[in-house]
Amino acid sequence: MSLFRIFDIAGSGMSAQSLRLNATASNIANAESVSSSIDKTYRARHPIFATVMNEFQFDEEGATGGVQIQGIVESQAPLHQEYQPDHPMADEQGYVYFPNVSIVEEMANMIAASRSYQSNVEVMNASKQMLIHTLNLGQ
Amino acid sequence: MKLDDAFGIHGQALMLRSERARLLAGNLANADTPGYKAVDIDFDRVLQNALDGKTALRITHAAHIVAGSGFGVGAETLYRVPYQPSIDGNTVDTQMEQAAFAQNALGYEASLRFLNSRISGLIQAIRGE
Repeated sequence: MSLFRIFDIAGSGMSAQSLRLNATASNIANAESVSSSIDKTYRARHPIFATVMNEFQFDEEGATGGVQIQGIVESQAPLHQEYQPDHPMADEQGYVYFPNVSIVEEMANMIAASRSYQSNVEVMNASKQMLIHTLNLGQ
Repeated sequence: MKLDDAFGIHGQALMLRSERARLLAGNLANADTPGYKAVDIDFDRVLQNALDGKTALRITHAAHIVAGSGFGVGAETLYRVPYQPSIDGNTVDTQMEQAAFAQNALGYEASLRFLNSRISGLIQAIRGE
């Protein structure tokens, strides 16, 4: 019965989107985390989504599956550096380093993630209703 | 009257509807996956094939065993043609998929309702009330 599969698929979508939301929260929270060296500065993190192939794709029933997080990559955009010699975290040249988090991008990401999460929840609710009605068949 | 035939098209329609729901749920779950291609089935055609017995395996030898009533949806799965191509290669249009999912769920409920009334009709006939 493929209706049961929908719970796995929508669940995988929800968990992927919530991880994306997590990464966004972490990025926004650390948007102003200064550091005194380039290496130690926080960098924006983004998850990489991929379709789950092995579990669903090649079975006899069908062609599509859920989604999984393949990994989390750090953004390679240049860091912001500011000349603030009075800052306690400043290096010898008087520079502090700010993360390469783009707040605008993160806000857009956040909205997209929460919308996708909602649509997965709706899918799950709808298929739950379908299943309940099927179980009540003939009563 | 054979009891198998009593439910007509609706049993197969339900199976096919739930398969389609699964495909559409996969599309919605992968709405943000780069390179994912949205899939769907041509419901009318697959149902017609199922009714014609085209997807069922024919028994042509005494040693053959009866296969399950699978629809073979895998072979019938088609890729959607996107209205708006996106730069990451994803062809899921969330709004369209949601609309298709809702329509499919309604079709499922409709089949269920038909089945329910058929069952209550049969029960009434059996009881002779």
